[in-house]
Amino acid sequence: MAENVEMDQKVYDELIAAGKSERIARSKAKAAAVRAKKEAAGEKLGPREATAEAPAPAAAAAAGGDAPAAGGGGVATAERATGTGGMTVEERQARVAAALAAKGDGAANGRGNGAATRYAGQDHTHRLLAMVPPDGIQQIRSKQEDKVYVWPHLIASEFIALMAVTLFITALSVLPAFPLRELANPNITPNPSKAPWYFLGLQELLRYFHPMIAGVTIPGIVGLLGLMMVPYMDRNPSVRPDNRKTAITLMTFFLLGAGMMTLVGSFFRGPGFNWVWPWVDGLFFEL
Amino acid sequence: MSRIPAPDELKKRVQDNVVWKSVFRPGSIYRKGYRDTSRDRALAAMNNVLYHLHPVKVKRHGLKLTYTYCLGGLSFFLFILLTVTGIFLMFFYRPTAGAGNELAYADMQRLVRVVTFGDLVRNMHRWAAHAMVFTVFMHMARVFYHGAYKPPREFNWVVGVILLLLTLLLAFTGYLLPWDQLALWAVAVGTSMAGFTPVFGQQVQFLLLGGVEIGPETLLRWYVLHVLALPFVITIFLAVHFWRIRKDGGISGPL
Ligand code: HEM
Repeated sequence: MAENVEMDQKVYDELIAAGKSERIARSKAKAAAVRAKKEAAGEKLGPREATAEAPAPAAAAAAGGDAPAAGGGGVATAERATGTGGMTVEERQARVAAALAAKGDGAANGRGNGAATRYAGQDHTHRLLAMVPPDGIQQIRSKQEDKVYVWPHLIASEFIALMAVTLFITALSVLPAFPLRELANPNITPNPSKAPWYFLGLQELLRYFHPMIAGVTIPGIVGLLGLMMVPYMDRNPSVRPDNRKTAITLMTFFLLGAGMMTLVGSFFRGPGFNWVWPWVDGLFFEL
Repeated sequence: MSRIPAPDELKKRVQDNVVWKSVFRPGSIYRKGYRDTSRDRALAAMNNVLYHLHPVKVKRHGLKLTYTYCLGGLSFFLFILLTVTGIFLMFFYRPTAGAGNELAYADMQRLVRVVTFGDLVRNMHRWAAHAMVFTVFMHMARVFYHGAYKPPREFNWVVGVILLLLTLLLAFTGYLLPWDQLALWAVAVGTSMAGFTPVFGQQVQFLLLGGVEIGPETLLRWYVLHVLALPFVITIFLAVHFWRIRKDGGISGPL
């Protein structure tokens, strides 16, 4: 498309005369032609690209100066910009001053919407790589919420929790809780042999199901996969307990079941993983 | 000899130089001092790498103990405690077993009998490990009952389940390391089930144990998993977990 756009010969000649390179002159002339065409068609134009050479003040002066009057609010054409290419320093300064004044005007009129107007008088300029449609911008809408500062409020409670748990763990650790047993010996199987407590629920399941069910299917499919899929299966948007009776019931069953199995495996299973009453036969549980 | 500078002047001298200013970023309360203003509260949170895991402000209801019960925070803190105590233990432990070369077991004996604070630190590591498994479970339950896994937090729940799995694996791999009867047989029971994985049972078990049954290779393998591989992976997932909490708009609720 860009290839067969006609160009504004006048702009082109001017730019070449001003010593611009062929390539720059051609592209600017094309842009000017497109703009002229669009303007004629009554289309609304976006902010004008900054020219490579003529810095914002100059462009803005041209644009800002007539912004309040012209319908195209703050759109400078390439043609105007080209006129500024060979300005002296004083001329530029004069234009900057004019632009600043015009900017004040524009703001007062509530018309500070054209990019050129808005940035008039600033001594740097952005070159836009692409136009971003308004709906392409991430909209961040946050409601006013009841918030408190992390420092000191949250940090303070966290510090207390941290101290409490450190004290708790240290206090427990002073007691001799984990005596070292005999050296590992694959030829002597202790009775009972129990997994660590967090797996005793599964070991308990082994009493009822084939190992493939108890050891692989239930922890793998029901446990891990099932849990991971919870948010995708429960599409109920409400978080109020009244509205989520099914979800809460199901999860409570799951958790109670897991808890019960773990408790039974931990405290109600003795030698041979057979049933014992802990208050009669003693504890067969090691951490 | 010049006089001894007054405290105020001393403070100014310490803080007003290039080194101090290079350490503390502009706006840091260690440069300008702290006054209890909104601005300084915000800066206090922003200019500290640890506090900065948090946003500057959080929802007021999230502070109530009965919302989070601090369970996620405690899980994380226990993880830190485990890392610190675990590094201490690593100084005294070699993961070697086998006839005539039972270094792991001998090191454990030395650790609890001879090494200063060895027994205490070992107990702390072990209690913290059990506690972490427990708090992670409870954290999951509290997240569920608050419906905190609902959009936009679905994926963070998934990350959470992975964290739960990693926590269990960390605890379980550590369980083998003392290389005593309790360790060996607990792990034997636990891993025997892996052999029943459909189709690949034998391979899965071989991969886990580094052999057909638990032996010195298993010890070395689980040691590397326990002290390096799994902590590395869980750290990555923790980073994602915390990052998502913030990107998802902070803590959920209020109910
Ligand atoms: C190593 C284990 C874990 C650590 C250290 C951890 C840490 C945290 C922390 C510090 C929070 C902030 C709120 C709070 O303290 O409750 C949090 C929130 C959350 N966690 Fe975890 N977590 C872990 C495991 C899990 C697990 C197992 C799940 C679920 C299966 C999970 C799901 C979530 C979700 C969905 C949130 C957002 C909750 C909300 O917005 O109210 N996390 N986690």
